[in-house]
Amino acid sequence: MNPTTIEVPYEIPAGAQNPVEPFLRMDRMPHIWCPGCGIGTTVNCFTRALIDSKADLDKVAVVSGIGCTGRVAGYARLDSFHTTHGRAIPFATGLKLSNPELQVVVYSGDGDLFAIGGNHFIHAARRNMDLKVICVNNLTYAMTGGQTAPTTPGHVISATNPYGVFEPAFNLVALAEAAGASYVARWTTYHVKQLSRSMAEVFKKKGFCFIEVLSPCPTLYQRKNKMGDGLDAMKFYKEVSKTRNGAPTSECALTKSGEIVVGKFVDRERPDYFELLRAQMTETLGDRYTEPEVACSC
Amino acid sequence: MHADPRGVLTGVHFLDGDHACCEGTLAAGARFAAGYPITPSTEVVERFASRIPTVGGIFIQMEDELAASIAIQGAVWGGAKAFTVTSGPGFSLMMEHIGYAAITETPCVFVNVQRGGPSTGLPTLPAQADMMQARWGSHGDYGIIALCPNSPQECFDLTILGFNLSEEFRVPVMMMLDECVGHMTEKVVIPEADRIEVTPRRYTKLPPEEFRLFEPRPDSVPDMVRAGDGYRFHVTGLTHDERGYPSMNVETQDRMVRRLVDKVKPLANGRALCETENLEDAEVVVVSYGITSRVAQRALQMARRQGIRAGKFRLISAWPFPEQRIEELAGRVKAFVVPELNLGQMVHEVARAARGKAAVIPVSHAGGTVHNPDVILKAIVEAAR
Repeated sequence: MNPTTIEVPYEIPAGAQNPVEPFLRMDRMPHIWCPGCGIGTTVNCFTRALIDSKADLDKVAVVSGIGCTGRVAGYARLDSFHTTHGRAIPFATGLKLSNPELQVVVYSGDGDLFAIGGNHFIHAARRNMDLKVICVNNLTYAMTGGQTAPTTPGHVISATNPYGVFEPAFNLVALAEAAGASYVARWTTYHVKQLSRSMAEVFKKKGFCFIEVLSPCPTLYQRKNKMGDGLDAMKFYKEVSKTRNGAPTSECALTKSGEIVVGKFVDRERPDYFELLRAQMTETLGDRYTEPEVACSC
Repeated sequence: MHADPRGVLTGVHFLDGDHACCEGTLAAGARFAAGYPITPSTEVVERFASRIPTVGGIFIQMEDELAASIAIQGAVWGGAKAFTVTSGPGFSLMMEHIGYAAITETPCVFVNVQRGGPSTGLPTLPAQADMMQARWGSHGDYGIIALCPNSPQECFDLTILGFNLSEEFRVPVMMMLDECVGHMTEKVVIPEADRIEVTPRRYTKLPPEEFRLFEPRPDSVPDMVRAGDGYRFHVTGLTHDERGYPSMNVETQDRMVRRLVDKVKPLANGRALCETENLEDAEVVVVSYGITSRVAQRALQMARRQGIRAGKFRLISAWPFPEQRIEELAGRVKAFVVPELNLGQMVHEVARAARGKAAVIPVSHAGGTVHNPDVILKAIVEAAR
């Protein structure tokens, strides 16, 4: 592989070990993620998106749940909240409603967002709450040792399905669209440019936005299923991914070794929660309606 | 500082406890509430939903109590004063987030209008059986504050106090109403805003590079920051050091947990809130709280009429338990009589604090209605014998 130069439009501190160091809590390194894990790649894409969208970093907050991806909040040098298992979205909802000028990013894993937190996901999408939800989907519960998740494809061997998974899995992009998300995309950690672009795009988009990122777990998912290491995962993603922007999400279900449809599937305009609130209150209360001023002066 | 007049409905009102509690939240400066409907508590947020669009704030009905109890904490870190309201089954669901508020030292208020349990129990009827749950319901060691109003007026007054204490000690505060107090309608006087003291959130004055999120001030709690102000801080439910960073070791755990437990202790001792009557010559003291204290009042009057030297000790702050006061009394009275709408909860605390120096007599009731005062009187008479 040829060495490449990465153009960085900000100053890298002298002696920096990493070009995205200004975005990381370097005093917390090394991170806990395993060799070959894709979560760090998604964080790199996230920082790239922050740079490209020229976000005011004081006004970006990251909210995570529990799990491997839940640790992102702890490494991002932003206002960051590592909440309880499954509850990143309702925490983020309160944060956004009390402080609307914040760009609130929910960064969590598939088990956290879609098993224990599934109810909150669909309701935040229904409300079109102005949250950017990034789901790192490694198809398993990795932090706890490789158990079956609601995303684990059939026939996969997991710690809790040692003879193979037989429950049907969620198709996350179809679920997000059906629940009302304004923006739905899926990439893998092989698609770093596309992923960065999608992340930058949702920073500019109002309403509930959802990006699914398929990410390797060599330590558990791949080892148990003889799928090789992190590099093998990249080769696999490269081989089976097919970009189909605008594809019907119902056709984008994942299987153990079949095609991975990636792309931007949904990008639509729906009034978000604040617009709906304001419209209804103004219609009903007229001049008596007072814009929320939630942050306490007292 | 004084209350923001926009939230204060000054005047003389005829309100039930739930509605008075809502007015207390508004007077205290709460501009964010999240809730999930559950009898007999929903009236608190129904009124908030009706009032808040003209005051300037947010009510959101969440998809469940798990969501409501964490949404308020997101709102607090965004800068709001916030609360949620529930009853038995919902309170059970909120336990994890009471622990999250405790470990992250998030000032917020949980209103629990108690009904009969366990499980779905008696949705429309009173009990006081969540008292131990309020103190111990979430896993791990931590301290909380719980207040027990016994009238609509107190639902207003103590809710303001609850918010103030949550800011002062940075703990979740439990407002432990019961169905009777929540639904009884009485006169409620709401003073002028400039007669209502409100504790402001104490934001740090340090610049971001010097600020440490969980560094307590001497003899006090850490100062706060809010998201968006440039501090780039990290909050976690993991055991954390003074920077707020996860730290998985015995020393950090010991330091953090002891501080979380110890910080509310002033309320167990000198600052304990209680209402007393006729304790000077008392040989029997009735310890009660919430609606039961009003039934006990009748029993106390009847006992005095019979010549029994009976005194009243009403818990206003039930947690931390005012052990010092009870221990002092135990040295000079014959017995404590403890009526409550449960099969014995706070009575264990009375017994613990009494250290065997006085008899402790429970007057238990499984809930669904209040005691017959005669039953409490009988216990007083027997205790005095």
